[in-house]
Amino acid sequence: MRLRVNPIACEAHGMCAELLPERIVLDEWGYPILDERPLPAELTTLAKRAAEACPTFALLIERDTKLHR
Amino acid sequence: MSPRTDIALPRLLAGMPAHGAVGLAEHRARGGELPYTTRRERRGAGALIELVEQAGLRGRGGAAFPVARKLRAVTAASGRTPLGKRPIVLANASEGEPASGKDRLLLESLPHLVLDGGVLAARAVGADELIVCVEASAAGALRNLTRALSERERAGGDELRIGIQTVPEGYVSGQESALVNLCSGGPAKPTLTPPMPFQRGVRRRPTLISNAETLAHLTLIARHGPRWFRALGTPADPGSALVTLSGAIAHPGVYEIEHGAPLPALIEAAGGASTALRAVLLGGYGGAWVDAGTVPELALSNDQLAAHGASLGAGVVVLLSEQACPVAETARVTRWLATESSGQCGPCIHGLDAIAGEIEALAHGAATAGAGERISRWCSLATGRGACRHPDGAVRFITSALEVFAEEFADHARHGRCDACASAPELPLPSRGQLAAAA
Repeated sequence: MRLRVNPIACEAHGMCAELLPERIVLDEWGYPILDERPLPAELTTLAKRAAEACPTFALLIERDTKLHR
Repeated sequence: MSPRTDIALPRLLAGMPAHGAVGLAEHRARGGELPYTTRRERRGAGALIELVEQAGLRGRGGAAFPVARKLRAVTAASGRTPLGKRPIVLANASEGEPASGKDRLLLESLPHLVLDGGVLAARAVGADELIVCVEASAAGALRNLTRALSERERAGGDELRIGIQTVPEGYVSGQESALVNLCSGGPAKPTLTPPMPFQRGVRRRPTLISNAETLAHLTLIARHGPRWFRALGTPADPGSALVTLSGAIAHPGVYEIEHGAPLPALIEAAGGASTALRAVLLGGYGGAWVDAGTVPELALSNDQLAAHGASLGAGVVVLLSEQACPVAETARVTRWLATESSGQCGPCIHGLDAIAGEIEALAHGAATAGAGERISRWCSLATGRGACRHPDGAVRFITSALEVFAEEFADHARHGRCDACASAPELPLPSRGQLAAAA
C-alpha cells in the first residue's frame, strides 16, 4: 500500500501531516508532500487513521497496481 | 527543405484550398472511399491497429505517445466493461496553446481528412460515437466542420454518431481529462487520473482521445500503408508533422515538415528570420527554449531534440528576436501560465503565482537576495503535484528560460529594467478580451 493525495480535493487542512509525520510533511502553503514509497506494515494503521481524519477525504491509501503513475 | 522532402511533401496539406474547405466530393475524388468498411477488414490480419503499429505513428498533440498502444488500450478496456459500454472517440482540436494553429487549420481547410481518421479510429476500437472538440474561438473551423458534417449526412452518413463539442478557451481546457469532464457534462477542468480516459472516460465509457492532426495521418496511413508513411521521418519519429511557426519570421504560419528536418531549412522555407535571433521556443509554453546559436544543429524530431532538452510538443516553434527582452517576455508568459491554472490544485495555484511574482520582481530589478533559490524551490514544489501536467509544463518553460537567458536575468537582477523591456511583446498570448472572457 502507498499514499496518494487527490490534489483537487485537498484544501490544506494539514491533519495528515500531524497524524503521519513519518510520511507526510507540509509545503509552505500547507499542502502535503508525500513519501510515496510503499507503506511498511507498522504504519498502515496510522495511515488509515490519517486518511479518515482528512476533512475532504483527499488522502488516499492505494494498493499497488499498475495504474499508479 | 531538403530536395527529398520537396518531392514527398506536402502530405496532409496537399491540395490545401486558398480559402474555404475541401468538400466531400473532392475529398473522395482525391483519396477514394474510406477503407476498412467490413468487419473482417477491421479485425483480421493487417487490421488498422496493426498498420498503425507498423507505421510507428505517434500522437501529434504534444506527448508523442504511440497511437497503436492507445488504440489497443481502449480496445482492451472496452472488452472488460459490461455490454453496452462501447468506446467513444474524441478528436481533439481544442488547441489551447496560443502559438499553435495547425489543428484549427486542418478543420477549417481539410475537415474530411480529420473526420475520416476519426471514423477509422472508431472502427479500429469498436466505438459508436465520435466527438470533435473545437475551441469556441475557432469560428472558421467550427463553421467548416459543421458544413462537412452535413455534407456527410447528405451523402448517406457514417455508421456512427458524430458530434461537435465546443471547448471554452483556456490553456488547460484541451487537456485530456478536462475534455472527458466537459463531454460528460462537467466543466472543462482536469480531473484526477487514474482512472485514465481509456479506462473510464466520457460518460464512464472507455475513451480514445486523439489529436486532430494524428487522425489526419491515420487517414493517410489507411490509404497508403505503413511503408509509405515511414518513407519520411526518422525511425523513432516517422512521417511528417505540422509545425506552427511564429515570432521573428518573414512568413509565419503552418508548415508541413519531415520529422528530422533541419530547423534552418524550415526557417528558410518560411522566408527567413525577420531579424537576428536570440532564441527559439520549441513545444510551446509547456516546452523549452534553445539558444539561437544552437539553431544550425537542430533537427525537428523528438528523438533528436531530446539531446537539447527540448521536444516538438504539438509542433510549436517560436522565434525570439534579439530586440526582445527575454526577461520581460518570460515574466509576461509566466504570469499568464499562472492565471491559466484551472485553480483546483494548491501547489499549482500557489507555486505558479509565487514563481510569476518573483520573476516579475527580477524583471523590474526589485528582487531581493535568494530569488533564484526561491524560484527553484517553488519549481520543484509545483512539479508533479497537480492533477494535470500544467504545472510541470510551466516549470519546464520557466527553468529553460532561466538557463538560456541566464545572462539577461543576472543583468536585470543587478540593474533592473533594460532598454529592450519597453519594446513590443513578441511571444503570442490570447488578447485581453479573450482572457477576460475565459475568466
